[in-house]
Formats: sequence, C-alpha cells, structure tokens
Amino acid sequence: MKPRVAVFDFTCCEGCELQILNCGEELSDLLSALDIVEFREAMSESADYYDIAFIDGACSRRSEISALRDIRKRAKMVIPIGACACLGGVNCLKNYYPMDEVLRSEYGKNAEYFDTISARPISAVIPVEFYIPGCPIVKKEFIRVVREILSGQIPYQFNDPVCAECKTAGNVCVFDKGITCLGPLTRGGCEATCVTGGATCWGCRGLVDKPNINAEKLILEQAGLSEDDVIKKFDLFNACQESMWRLEKSKYKLTK
Amino acid sequence: MATRKIKIQANKITRVEGHGHLALRTSEGKTPEVRWEITESPRFFELMLKGRPWHDAHVLASRICGICSVSHQFASLAATEAAFGIRVSEQTMLLRKLLYVGEMIESHMLHVYILVCPDFLGVGSIFPLMETDKDLVLTGLRLKKLGNDIKELVGGRAIHPQAPRVGGFGLLPDEQILLYLKNRLTEALPDLEATVKFYKKLRIPQFTRETEYIALTHPDEYALIRGSIYSTDTGTAELDQYMDITNEYCIPHSTAKFARHARESYAVGSLSRININHMQLNPLAIQAAEELGIHPVCCNPFDNTLAQIVETVHEVEEARNIVNQLLENGIAEENFPVEAHAGRGIGAVEAPRGLLIHDYIYDGSGHIVKANCVIPTNQNHANIQHDLEELVQSNPDRKNDNLRQLCEMLIRSYDPCISCSTH
Repeated sequence: MKPRVAVFDFTCCEGCELQILNCGEELSDLLSALDIVEFREAMSESADYYDIAFIDGACSRRSEISALRDIRKRAKMVIPIGACACLGGVNCLKNYYPMDEVLRSEYGKNAEYFDTISARPISAVIPVEFYIPGCPIVKKEFIRVVREILSGQIPYQFNDPVCAECKTAGNVCVFDKGITCLGPLTRGGCEATCVTGGATCWGCRGLVDKPNINAEKLILEQAGLSEDDVIKKFDLFNACQESMWRLEKSKYKLTK
Repeated sequence: MATRKIKIQANKITRVEGHGHLALRTSEGKTPEVRWEITESPRFFELMLKGRPWHDAHVLASRICGICSVSHQFASLAATEAAFGIRVSEQTMLLRKLLYVGEMIESHMLHVYILVCPDFLGVGSIFPLMETDKDLVLTGLRLKKLGNDIKELVGGRAIHPQAPRVGGFGLLPDEQILLYLKNRLTEALPDLEATVKFYKKLRIPQFTRETEYIALTHPDEYALIRGSIYSTDTGTAELDQYMDITNEYCIPHSTAKFARHARESYAVGSLSRININHMQLNPLAIQAAEELGIHPVCCNPFDNTLAQIVETVHEVEEARNIVNQLLENGIAEENFPVEAHAGRGIGAVEAPRGLLIHDYIYDGSGHIVKANCVIPTNQNHANIQHDLEELVQSNPDRKNDNLRQLCEMLIRSYDPCISCSTH
C-alpha cells in the first residue's frame, strides 16, 4: 500500500501548502508513490490515520493544542513545514504583549468571544520527526525530503549558514552595500534566494545549530544598528528565540 | 404536543484558503437557517506591524497571505511611500504591474482549476482528475505556472517575493527575461481559449441577488494597483475616506471582521471589478466575457469564477503590453533614497479577491505607530451570509445534502481568502 500523506494548517498564511501545489509536475510524479488522503485547502476528503502528516502554521489557540495531539495520535510521522510551524515565525511578534491586550487590540469589547495564546512552534506542543524550514518552504527541498523519506532514509537537514550558499551563488555581500543581513546565523538550504533576489536574509529558516551570535551582533552594531534595531531585525521570524539573543548580549563588549 | 426534529450541522468548507464553517440548522417544515462562521486563528498583524521599521513593513505584511502576498506587499509599499511622499518611477510602476499580473493569473487559475473545477466534475479534488481529465488539468497547471514564473522572474520567487522594496526593485529583470516572458505569454493564448471553451459548457448555478459592488477605478486603465474607490450605490470616494466605506464590525461567531456600506452588505472581487470597470477591458477579454455570458451588471455570485477567467484573458494581454513597453524603454538601474519621516499613508490595490487597503502611521524615526489593514474577504463575508440566506430560501425543495453542496459552491465562488481576512 502506498504511504498515506496528509497536510494540515494551523495559524499561518497557507503559503507553504500553496508551495506544495506549486510543485506541479514533480507533485504529480510523487502521486504515483503516495496517496494524499487529507489536504483541506485542495480536497474535500478526509482520513483517520496517516503515515506522514505535514503541518503548516504555528500553534496559537487552545483548540489547536488538542487538534495537534489528535493528529499526533493518528500519524506515524509528523513534519512541520515552514517558518510558522518550525519556529513560530512572525506570529510570535504578538508574544511581546499580554494576550488579553492582544485580543482587545483587534476585537475591542468583543474580545471575550475569542481565544489566543502565545504563538509557538509545533515542536513545543507535540514531538516531531523532522522539519522543513523556510518562509515559504523551498519546493525542491520539500520534494527531496519526501523522496528521502519514501526511500527509507533519514532526510538531510542543512546546517551551514546561508552565507555559504550565498558565496556559491556569486552574490556580493550585502554588508558591502551598506545593508545588514542575518545570513551568517541562518540555516541554509534556500540557495540564498533572498540575497540573490535583490534583498537580504531575514532569518526565516531559523538559526544553525551552533550560531555565533556574538560575532553577528558585532557586525550588526558595526554596521550602525542600535540594540533595538538588532532585536527588531532578529525577531521578525525568530521572536521565539529572542530570549537567547538577550542573554547572549550581556557577554559581549563592542570594540570599535 | 408534536415534537419537531431540529438538527444543527456545521461543516468545514474545503477547497478554500483558510478555515470557515457552514452551519445549517434544519427543523421539519421550516426553511433551514444558514450561518457563515469564520473559525480561522487570528494572527493580529496590525499589532505585529506596530513598532516595525519602514524597510521591514512590506516583508511582514506579505506574510498576511500566501496566495496574495504580492498584493499585500504593494498595498504596504504604497502606504509607506505615501507616508514619506515618495513617487515611484514609470519603470517601477510597470514592473509592479507585471509582477501583480503574475499573481492574479496564478491566483485566479488556482481557484478556477484546483478549487472550483472538481465541483463541476463530481470529484473531491483535482488529484483524481490528473488521471481522468489529464489535458484539462495540464492546461490549468500550465496557466498557473505562467503566473508563478512571472512572479519568480520579476519578483524573485512565487510566494513572498523578495525584489520589491520601498521606492523600487532590488533586482531588475534583463532583456532576455523579458523576451522569454513575452513568448510565454503568447504561448498561453490557446490555453486561455481552452479554459473559456471548457467553462462555457458548464452549468453554472442560476441565482441572482442584487447587491452593492465596490472596486478601485482609474480613468486611464482597468484599475488594479492604483485608483480611487468606486461604489455602484454611491459613486467615487477618495482613498482617505475608506473607513466610511468599509465600516468593519465584529460578530461573535467570526474571528474575521465583517463590513457594510450603503446596504446590509457589499461585494468586492473579480465580478465587482468587471461590473464597474468593464468598459476598460481589452477586446480579447470582452470577447471572452461575451462567450461566457458575463453581461455587466451581473448579479449572480457564482459568475465570479467566470469573471476571473475574463480577467485572466485581460491580464495576459496587459502583461504582453507591459513587457513590450519595458523592452522599448530599456531597463535602467535606479537609485531610490528613502527619507523616513512622521506621517500617515494609505495604500490600496485590487488584490485578486478585491479591494485591499493598508493604512500606516509612522513616527519620526520611520517606525510604524499604528497600522490598519482592510482585507477583500472581510468585505465579502456579510455578502456571502446574505447570499446564503437567499439561496436557501429560493431552493425550498432541495434535500439537505444537495442544499449544503450548493451553499458550499456559493462560498467557494467568492474565492474567500480566510486567513487573510482574519489576519
């Protein structure tokens, strides 16, 4: 029997699910090797158990905690996809405020009807087997990971910073153009697509396993960023890890 | 005393972007009651935008929606540029339009082929059609890919493109890319014809309910990324009056706000745009509209899918003109220094699903103090509810399952972008 695959979405923009649909021909090739049994954005059917459950989106409501536990019970393998599911992503920017204030800011006196909790990655709620980072996920990486799983391998997880691929891509370092970048800290695997695409790295794939935060902070401050700027830059996708950033800061002395 | 059986059933709607439930309350001998409930998890983007620096605002705003990320970027950039008094060059405007057209083609074709089409062919998704109706699916996927390829080549990638920035583009396409796009756009014409031909044969449910239609309008063009607001009830309004138009309000069973203007509800999106701006469609699109039976003012919400096909025909032609113009002008490197200062800016675009507004207030250091975003699907929610009520009333003889399916198709025809609307 072909492996049964499901795709679920929680607090997110559903862009990563759309990336799966964007895989086009490669997706139709994969369909010969697996069955998609549940994918609310693209199909009406649903299923009771799954070999692989891909999860798009962060957890940011009580009801999502129970829904995730339920999926965990039904799934052999759970794989968060995208920055929201892997890191909490941009959703965690709201975590700086008390949740009742968050609700009031949007719903005013109707706040009592609605629920929200601090946004968190899926791995903070249930155990996960692997993760596919990025905002959005990279199509090629998704297809590769699925193929590796189908052939019984443990999928490869990149752990080189974005800078490595950025050099290979032949980009001029954005710091030399007076722009700041999180590439030195951020997990690669994206082919440095944002720098190649005329921008800078915002850190959407999360940090490498042993990030050299102090060195990054040094170059950001040397580029003229204030402490507040540095934190704002860092917390766009990584607000969940922001506390680590603050702790590390005290160890470091700026040399001019 | 006779007891009456009352049954309430809430089903999640599939094949739409985001989470919504259709609740049907049926009791013997009575017309069923119907309710459109938005259950999407809110992300609080307006709060998240607070405190962000100007150069990050559009990067964050883009994440409101995976399908219409370009629209959110452009509304955000337009708001920031308006606040700082920046006027973008003709080249930037053309490139933005081209990138925008890419998004609209992709979004419309996703809806037309992947979300809606299975309803008419009696299946639950496009996946089984890959075997039974391969040519049809491939036509749809080719058109969708054209939209994505435009986004990748002009914007850097298909979802959350990186190249657009305040004042201009961080990356410019070269002549080779433009020539390639020109070819691809020309090659798409037979696929568009096939799409029109296929949808012409389908039996679109016949249902009409007159409502207020709202869209951007511009004297020089079929308005997409600039213009003033036009209502079929009250005429033209300038952007800074948008709050008088959108009047958002909260209801307990929806995490997304609803909106109303001159009546109990209004509609935005492809059908609204065609109803308002049909005189500015190009000849190919007018021909497609004729073939598909779209005669403005058209009050059948199910026709929104057909309106999207008409718009796609228009946009492909439009993109060819833009590419030609860019080739003629030549692409020039541009500098766009940005000077941040305190002020308010409003940016409005027609996202694939309708009028989208971002409104930011900046402090002197270029950080956002207050943000407000009005999303197309927000504005459609009340109209969907009123359509559903009338649809249920006008179909008293339908069995429940059949009625439910019709209601789901109605909701789907609006192409709701629910995570976006909850943002």
